[in-house]
Formats: sequence, structure tokens, C-alpha cells
Amino acid sequence: MRRAEIVTSIILGILSLYFMWKSGEAPSWNPDIARFDNIGFIDGEGPGSGFWPFWLSAIMLICCIWIGINWYRKTSPQSVSEEPFLDSYGKKMLLMVGGGLLGFLGLIHIVGFYGAMFIFLFYYMKFLGRHSTRITLTISVFMPVISFFFFDIAMRIVLPKGYLEPLFIPLYDIFL
Amino acid sequence: MEVFIALMDGVAVALEPMNLGLAVLGVIVGLFVGAMPGLGSVNGVAILLPFTFVIQGITGSATSPMIFLAAIYYGAMYGGAISSITLGIPGASTAVATTFDGRPMALMGKAHVALVVAALASFVGGTVSNIIFTIFAPALASVALDFGDPEIFALMLLAFATFVGLGGDDIPKTIFSICIGLVLATVGFDIISGEPRLIFFDITGFSHGIRFLVLAIGVYGIGEMLWTINTSRYGSTMTKVDVSFASILFAIREFRKAWKGTAIGSSLGFFVGILPAAGATPGSLMSYGVTKLVSKNPENFGKGEIDGIAAPEAANNAASTGAMLPMMTLGIPGSPTTAVLLAGMVIWGLQPGPLLFTEQPDFVWPLIGSFYISNVIAVIINLAFIPVFLWMLRMPFTILSPMIFVLSLVGTYAAYMDMFDVWLMVLVGIAAFFLRILDYPLAPAVLAIVLGPIAEPKLRQSLLFSDGDFSIFFTRPIAGPITVVAIILILLPLLKFIRDKFRGNKKVVDDT
Repeated sequence: MRRAEIVTSIILGILSLYFMWKSGEAPSWNPDIARFDNIGFIDGEGPGSGFWPFWLSAIMLICCIWIGINWYRKTSPQSVSEEPFLDSYGKKMLLMVGGGLLGFLGLIHIVGFYGAMFIFLFYYMKFLGRHSTRITLTISVFMPVISFFFFDIAMRIVLPKGYLEPLFIPLYDIFL
Repeated sequence: MEVFIALMDGVAVALEPMNLGLAVLGVIVGLFVGAMPGLGSVNGVAILLPFTFVIQGITGSATSPMIFLAAIYYGAMYGGAISSITLGIPGASTAVATTFDGRPMALMGKAHVALVVAALASFVGGTVSNIIFTIFAPALASVALDFGDPEIFALMLLAFATFVGLGGDDIPKTIFSICIGLVLATVGFDIISGEPRLIFFDITGFSHGIRFLVLAIGVYGIGEMLWTINTSRYGSTMTKVDVSFASILFAIREFRKAWKGTAIGSSLGFFVGILPAAGATPGSLMSYGVTKLVSKNPENFGKGEIDGIAAPEAANNAASTGAMLPMMTLGIPGSPTTAVLLAGMVIWGLQPGPLLFTEQPDFVWPLIGSFYISNVIAVIINLAFIPVFLWMLRMPFTILSPMIFVLSLVGTYAAYMDMFDVWLMVLVGIAAFFLRILDYPLAPAVLAIVLGPIAEPKLRQSLLFSDGDFSIFFTRPIAGPITVVAIILILLPLLKFIRDKFRGNKKVVDDT
């Protein structure tokens, strides 16, 4: 955990610096404005567009340095913790669940929301939850069906269907 | 007396079978819409606005469709708490603050208490605000208009300062969390100059900004769920919940302990609701902050404190009524939902503004009467359905968690119809999971991304007004005291540190 604390604060510090750099960016349509001209007070216009994000990012950077000092002095709980940041269970869980979520997202572009929902629920409950096929199938089918009637039919919010789009046309003909 | 008679006449119209039926239907729709992550009152009202023309065609009056839409608005305020408490995902931005203590209380096996307190606080908040609305409507509208940009910014500063001064979390991590939320709220186009800001790697998806729900659902729907799975190892995440009639009665009695949060939420929520462009979300967050500020046990907030549930829930209902006030008396909407309601009123042939009360009493008073009726209907339906909500909690976690993941993804897409937001939400969730392990408090970041788009223009307009002089926040009679309290709160950890250091040194000297 101790190493993770300082590595994270360094990453967040770099992120803060990047935010500061980006905040000072002038609009591309006005080449007369130099970088960081927008982070102060502009006469007649008030604070520039980069004023608020730049100085907030500067405070973020100070906080990261502060976290680093606490880590060096070992005054924060994480800086003295000997626990692992992620144990073997945590790593496996992140791979299975986080990977499953990213797979769900990828599948939406291919089989649409409802198809991806079915596959994700089946994968999760059958392989991670080890539930019976009957319960798994019931919920995996029930959720997309209810979601379809709630979002597409009742609320008229059309979710992406991917390559399964033709299968839904008869349903639209019946219910809309 | 004249007001009372007008109100009674209005209640009688609101109780007519058609109007009563519409109020019940509206509350039920609102409860579902409010509880569904990604959808809030504004979605429900906007989506069903076309349906109200059918109602107007049947009844021949603008009152019935308005009663229906107002009931949806009310129901959604109640509904937001359900998913905040049972699933840990705020159903709408108005219920974010309810998650802070509602979810920890549910994890302690007291979900029934949290749900009952949320329902009753909502009822009290709604009723108190209705009474204030009825009596003081025109006078209060003018007071709210006295709140200029410096005053509103000072209120925002106070909300952030409570997290630093009273949060009990690591100070640099809390400040970092607030600042990153505020910075992420600036992504997109600057609303004052129109210049693009922080469009990372020129990805066009960032040009519309990072939306609130993307961050909120990412943090609470994905990040929190991954963290819970990692720590609980799919074991039970909460102790057994008692859903007997006696336990509900016990929970109702527990509500008495939440009087302070309910009182603050009811009054502050109503007032913040009146402020143009504020609404129920800042109202509930500020009420949470102020309740924590005055509480005898601020360290219990975020761990299942009963006042931490009552304050935001009373506030979001009170604010929803408060937001109606400038809409009806001045024609200025106090929230996004009232903006849609205002559009509806104009379409139905009404002219919102100071003359509405005198020229359209047949519309105004039945509507106000329906606020009272809808509030009673909402609390009854909510309490009656608590066993159903609790049933959700008893599902095995390996069934509940994938359903929450699915709801998070679908909810994010449904809110904005943009796959970029869904991807971003999942990535935010995974980042939130890592930060959560290292004890970075994430609630301040969520608060900041909600209040950021209000706070920044208020600060910049104040500074433009004062020609860059920050003393404007100290010299104005309302903004001054609020800013000073906020600064004291920010410095509170430093003062405590100095006091502890001094006491420590003194102890060493005494020992020697």
C-alpha cells in the first residue's frame, strides 16, 4: 500500500500539471492569444476562461506534494500500511469483473445493448456467481426484456441494437 | 383567511376523481423514474409532456395536466432515495447526498430505517415547503432575488468547506477530490467566453463536458461496487434486515431523532430551491453540509447518520416546491424540471408571472392544493412499498451486483444517448475503485461536479463586477458572514493541528 500511495500521488501530480497546461490553452481560432494569457484577469472581461481550472489544478498539484510529504514523514495511514494494494483475489476480481464490464461495452457495438446485457448477465451469474442454469437464464432473459419495454417502448429511449436491429422491427410494429 | 379559503377550494378541486387519479399515477411514475439510475424528474416530466395534451383535451383545463406533471416531480424526489439506499447508486442527482449516509446505514442492516426516514423526511420537507409556499409566495420570491452572484458563490464555498473542516478524511485528499471535481466540471466549452477548455487529446466526446451522471454513476455504480466485491468477497454486505410491521413502526419512531436534519433540510432546501438556476440538487447537498456543520456528531456523517439521510431528503422535496415559486410568480424556473413545467404552462396557454395569482386563481390554487395531496399520496405509496425495496437487498450479491452494473450502463446511456459517456463512466468507475482503496474521499468530487457549473460563473461574474477585487465576498452583508464561516471551516483542521501540537508540547513539558 505504501508504494501505491506515492505512485498514485505522482500520477495525480502529473495529471494536475497536464490540467494546468491544458487550462492555459488559447482557442485555436485566435492565434494572437499566447498560452496562459487566459489564466488571469482580463480587463473588461473579468477572469479568463482558464482562470478557474488552472488555479484549481495548481491546488491539486499542491495537494499531491502534500500527500508526498505525508508519505515521506509516514504520517498518513496508507504510508505506513504493509497490506498489499490489491491481493491475488483483488487482482483476479478486477480482471474478471472489470474485464467483463469492458467486454459488455465492446459487445454493445456488435450485438446491441440487449444482446450484450444477456451475455454479460449469463457470464456473471453462471461463471462468477455459479448459480443454476435456470436462475441464470431467467434473469438474463428477464432483464433485457423488461429494459426493452421500459426504455424503448414506454420511455421512447432507443438503445443501440447493433447487428440484432432487424429482430426488433416486428416488436416495434406491434408495440409502437 | 382569504388564502386559506382559496387553498381549501383548491384542495377540493385537486380531490376530484380525475385529478386525484392523475396525482396517484404521476406519483407512481415519478417513483419509478426517480429510482431508475440515469433518469430523474426532468426526464419523466419532459418525456410525458406530450401526454398532457391528451389530458388537457379530456379535461379541458390546464390544471389537470399540471397536477400530473407536478406529481411526477414529487414522486421522483421520493424515488431517488430508494436506489441511493438499497443499491448505493443515486437514482438522480437530487439523491446524491442521500447516498452518503443512506447506503452505509443499509450496509449496517438498517435499510428499513433509512427508507422510512427518507420517506418521512421527504413528507415533512414537502409539507413545510407547501405551507411556506402558500403563505409567503410573493414576498419570498423577492428575497431570493436579493441573492446575487457573490452570495451564491459564498454558499457554494460553504458547502465545500464543510467537507474540509468536518469531513474527518485526509485533508489533502479531500481538497484534491473537491478540486478535481471542479476541474472536470469545466471540461467542454466555457459558457462565458465560448472558448473550448480541457478537450483532452481533442476527443470530441469531451466537447459537451463531463456530465454529472457519468461521474456519479461511475463512482457509485461501478467504483463502489468493485470495492464492495473486493472487500466483501461476495459475502453478505449487510446484516439481515427485519421487514416486519413492528420494524417499520420502530423505524417511524427512530425518525424523531432526525428532527434537526429534517428542519434544516425543509427550510434551507426550500430557500435554495427558490434561487434561480439552483434547484433540488444544490439544495440537498447544502442542507447535508449545514446539518453536518451544526451536528453534535459530525464525525458520524458518512457512516450512517440518521440526520444525514433526513436533511437531503427533506431538502430535495422542499426545493422542488421552492423551485415552483419563481416559476409561477416571476416566470423564472428554479430548476431544469420547472423549466420544462414552465414550457408546458406556456403551451397550455398560461402566462406565468406576477399576474398569474390574480388572473388565474382557478389554475393556481388547485395546483397548490395538489402539492399537498401528492405529498400525502407519495409518502403512503413509498411506505407501503418498503418491503419490496428491501426484498431487493436480500438477493444474493452475485445476482444483485451484475444487475447494478447493467443498470449503471443502461442508465448512463438512457440519460445522454451517447456511448462515449458509457465508456467514460466505466473508466471513471475503475479509477474511483483504485482511489477508494487509497482512501481518497469521492463524495466531495461528486458534489463539486454538480456545483462547479454554478460556482464558476458566479465567481467570475462577481470578480468582473468588482474589477477583480476579492473583497466583494467579504464586504457584502449576506456574502460576508457566509464567506468568513467557510474560511474558518477550511482552516479548522489547521487550528486543530496547532491546538494538538500545543497540547502535545505542553504534555511533554509537564511530563519532564
